[in-house]
Amino acid sequence: MSADFLYGIEVILNGLMAGVLYALVALGFVLIYKASGIFNYAQGVMALFAALTLVGIMEGQVPFSHLINAVFGTEIHHFGWHVPALLAIFLTLCVMVAFAWAVQKFIFRHLVGQEPIILFMATIGLAYFLEGMGDLMWGSDIKTLKVGLPQGGSRWIEDMTSGLGGDDFYGFFIDKLDMVATVVAAILVMCLIAFAQYSKQGRAMRAVADDHQAALSVGISLNFIWVLVWSLAGLVALVAGVMWGAKSGVQFSLSLIALKALPVLMLGGFTSIPGAIVGGLIIGVGEKLFEYTIGGMIGGATENWFAYVLALIFLVFRPQGLFGEKIIERV
Amino acid sequence: MKDSYVTSDGRTIGGVLMDMRGITLRFGGVEAIKNISFDIREGEIRAIIGPNGAGKSSMLNVISGFYHPQEGEVWFRGAKRPTMRPYDVARQGIARTFQNIALFEGMSVLDNVMCGRLTHMKTGVFSQAIWHGAAQREEVENREAVERIIDFLEIQAIRKTPVGRLPYGLKKRVELARALAAEPKLLLLDEPMAGMNVEEKEDMSRFILDVNDEFGTTIALIEHDMGVVMDLSDRVVVMDYGRKIGDGTPDEVRGNQEVIDAYLGVAHD
Repeated sequence: MSADFLYGIEVILNGLMAGVLYALVALGFVLIYKASGIFNYAQGVMALFAALTLVGIMEGQVPFSHLINAVFGTEIHHFGWHVPALLAIFLTLCVMVAFAWAVQKFIFRHLVGQEPIILFMATIGLAYFLEGMGDLMWGSDIKTLKVGLPQGGSRWIEDMTSGLGGDDFYGFFIDKLDMVATVVAAILVMCLIAFAQYSKQGRAMRAVADDHQAALSVGISLNFIWVLVWSLAGLVALVAGVMWGAKSGVQFSLSLIALKALPVLMLGGFTSIPGAIVGGLIIGVGEKLFEYTIGGMIGGATENWFAYVLALIFLVFRPQGLFGEKIIERV
Repeated sequence: MKDSYVTSDGRTIGGVLMDMRGITLRFGGVEAIKNISFDIREGEIRAIIGPNGAGKSSMLNVISGFYHPQEGEVWFRGAKRPTMRPYDVARQGIARTFQNIALFEGMSVLDNVMCGRLTHMKTGVFSQAIWHGAAQREEVENREAVERIIDFLEIQAIRKTPVGRLPYGLKKRVELARALAAEPKLLLLDEPMAGMNVEEKEDMSRFILDVNDEFGTTIALIEHDMGVVMDLSDRVVVMDYGRKIGDGTPDEVRGNQEVIDAYLGVAHD
């Protein structure tokens, strides 16, 4: 096999792995959008906030320490303990659930029945509030996230596959962190689908997504379901935040991964879980392949815009996305 | 009135299950319901009839907690009911169908009817998430109950069909199945036969009678078709422009001059 062909396969593998993470972030959007019609602009910032909180808890940081010190003239920054990763992840999850509850209680409860654009504006407000809140609680410096995930290329895969090609092929370069992220994201996605499909609350979630009145009449509390979907979105944000944070540090740019999910949603449809997955994989593979084959000829860095162009082309021909519900308007 | 009695066809009608006392409902300046009182007894089929805009559906919405009356009290099972959200009313054992069918169109018939069992499923998010033994057992038990209802309403053949693809008459029947799955103490039917042809109406009437007969379910229904109402119900409330103008057995109501004028139109002689 020629080396070019094998490198092409490597590009596809890397693309698939990136795609699973995109799918995961997109799933956070789909969950909330389906159940409440809210397009949650804050999803990316939630990932940042979750990662910040996780680092803060692990390092034993005192939340709001700057504020406390300024007001009381104290000099405290750390509790002086370190929390093990698993416990810290659990505690962060609790914070995200509390956040979900607060968002429902103080914001969206009061906006039931409002225009979608108003709900959207509310999530923009929420995004910037949460960003400031993250800074205030944990400080704005760039942090490294060490939860014990493996880093660097896998020597094993490189050695195993180097024999496939000729002398100019050195084996597949696959990042270990990417592999872990892919596996975790894939498991999470499967669990979420199983939960939505087979559990009692999942059934209630789908019911709320379908018809609010009917859901009320069978005894479903809309409020509870909305807190539940925001919590699940928080879980998704936490996982995405951990994976991305471990890769490139916990900093503001983490919140931009939400922008990566947008073309995925345009492609897969805002209301479809399978759409988010397939859309994520298509975008992941598409942008890597395009960069590999054509990117070099037109100056590179195509990954910044390729996904959007691809999504735009899809939009023209299938506005509801690949799997989205068909828009039929009777005149 | 006696506490309980036996009807001519041998069904036992018990004491008062639901008591509406002086209900007044306003939308802004419009009084949709004006100081109406009536009761629903255990085991009976109670009809609410009246011309368009009489406030029948509003009354049903008050009972099921979708609307909250400005005045009046709702008594259920001998206790005054506080202002309740619709889902709490459902959890109390009051199930309903809608005039314009409110089903979960994207879900299968089976899933729709399973949703009707939600009030009977007690396990929390956590044990459902890890599919703990209790959650699994609960699913199996409720699935059995649902299959019995699907058999009862003769919709086995469409169990796996997405509801959105079903014809109108079957959708109505699935909606009844979902309400029935809750094993309600009180079943509210909002125009169960609207828009149906004669054959479908006969089927639906039979199901309503069978439900009442076999499960002893108390049923309150709104209906336009006078003939159907008179055949089905034990007692009838007649509404017109938000007022109650008649209340009694079908025969009593049929003879009431005000009802004849308002509902059937003033007779031309």
